[in-house]
Amino acid sequence: MTTTAAPLDVAALRADFPILARTVREGKRLVYLDSGATSQRPRQVLDTERAYIETSNAAVHRGAHQLAEEATDAYEAAREKIADFVGVGTDEVVFTKNATEAINLVAYAFGNATFSDDPAAKRFALGPGDEIVVTEMEHHANLLPWQQLAQRTGATLKWFSVTEEGRLDLSNMGELITPRTKVVAFTHQSNVLGTVNPVSVLVAKAQSVGALTVLDACQSVPHSTVDFRALGVDFAAFSGHKMLGPSGIGVLYGRYELLAAMPPFITGGSMIELVHMEKSTFAPPPQRFEAGVPMTSQAIGLGAAVDYLRLLGMDAVAAHEHELTGAALAGLQEIPGVRIVGPTDNVDRGSAVSFVVDGVHAHDAGQVLDSLGIEVRVGHHCAWPLHRKLDAAATVRATFYVYNDLADVQALLDGVRETQRFFGVNA
Amino acid sequence: MQLQQMYQEIILDHYKNPHHRGLRDPFEAEVHHVNPTCGDEVTVRVHLEGDGPEAKVVDVSYDGQGCSISQASTSVLTDLVIGRTVGDAFGTMDSFVELMQGRGKIEPDEDVLEDAVAFAGVAKYPARVKCALLGWMAFKDAVARVVDGDGA
Repeated sequence: MTTTAAPLDVAALRADFPILARTVREGKRLVYLDSGATSQRPRQVLDTERAYIETSNAAVHRGAHQLAEEATDAYEAAREKIADFVGVGTDEVVFTKNATEAINLVAYAFGNATFSDDPAAKRFALGPGDEIVVTEMEHHANLLPWQQLAQRTGATLKWFSVTEEGRLDLSNMGELITPRTKVVAFTHQSNVLGTVNPVSVLVAKAQSVGALTVLDACQSVPHSTVDFRALGVDFAAFSGHKMLGPSGIGVLYGRYELLAAMPPFITGGSMIELVHMEKSTFAPPPQRFEAGVPMTSQAIGLGAAVDYLRLLGMDAVAAHEHELTGAALAGLQEIPGVRIVGPTDNVDRGSAVSFVVDGVHAHDAGQVLDSLGIEVRVGHHCAWPLHRKLDAAATVRATFYVYNDLADVQALLDGVRETQRFFGVNA
Repeated sequence: MQLQQMYQEIILDHYKNPHHRGLRDPFEAEVHHVNPTCGDEVTVRVHLEGDGPEAKVVDVSYDGQGCSISQASTSVLTDLVIGRTVGDAFGTMDSFVELMQGRGKIEPDEDVLEDAVAFAGVAKYPARVKCALLGWMAFKDAVARVVDGDGA
């Protein structure tokens, strides 16, 4: 699906990102290593959004005038591009506010199915005796919706634990995923550890017991070639703002057959088929799950981000990040008093590199790095149970993307040494 | 350089050699506060004698884990409030909160805040203000629980 195998020309593509030219903290070069939280946007995305608003802006899927037609076409063309980017059908892509909303959409739809009298919805119903399986490395966005669903329905929440190396512990998979299991929700790539999980193993096991799978693909879709159909998952979610696109736009993928049987989450305008005062019926997917006027320029901007990534080539993106990750892992391991939280081998691993500096709290390390222009994330990165498990109150996390280069990795390594010097540890 | 302005020697000293650290008996209230954005946490116990604003803060003991700013500011807090009346302690707290929420534009009164004036630089970093206030808000909560008779 990639259009080129040429390595990334980072120096050239950096020119597409106006923000990278600014300085921070008294004239320091901006070293942006927080794309795992949100990525920067290239001019091409901004220009596309602006052009849409300046020429065709209208409420989609409503009006019959020319602007409404153009707006609807642009919105649906973006859906088609995004669907193709992740290997699924256009009507299997639902636009949401973000990935968090996408996962909540599924969890709430299952909850609604539990109390629905529609026979088609019964397959999603949960109750006492049913089980939902997650993992200990989930972002809160793929944990709390399932915790809440379990509480509402009386189902039981179970989870895979994580090994010391930061890999999923599959040793008790047979006990965790059983005929009682109705849902298996897990992350493709950990936002803290960088770990890439064995999707095919988990999907095969889930399918063998008839459980539905929900994949958090927020940290995988922006960084590598991801084909949801090939992976065999039933649902998947990702966010636009982590893949060079706008904020306020997320994507839910659902197998069409499932979306077609699933009750809605948010109801209202434009998701309907027939409305009476007593009772209503709903539109087919994806419209059923897109009540209200949607975030249109954001969806179109995400379409432009997908165009941009395809031009770079996702294999080239992945290879580039693999190189930077390898350099960061090697460099950090050479610094005494630094512990990487997550796999140290650069295998089945994405570009999130989290670590602790002995004797320096992550907040303080982040402050020194920030003073040098190096923008990293500090804290538990919305994965508190994982941090507790790995005995780290908080970590420093660097995440790399297309516009980072080896000079950025070197800046990080120098910054960590400066952190140790400033706080008088391992100096 | 900005970094030195933030990490004043006083702060680093309190961080490395915290005052009054450790949980002690007796106490009338114990509270546990966390900073949900970073997971930092502090447990604070207060031992008061007397009633109302004239009650005396006989002891403040604490334990926790967190960044240098949160740990040092809790250490400074204990220096400032132990041995004072609740009324005085809350007056100092109000000055400290005002300083921390002032975005670095408030000139601190050293007579009131003593070592806590060192945190003036922290006020320029909105993301760190919560760190500086963690122990103080826990202290306020603990005292309120004694006053409201809900110590446990």
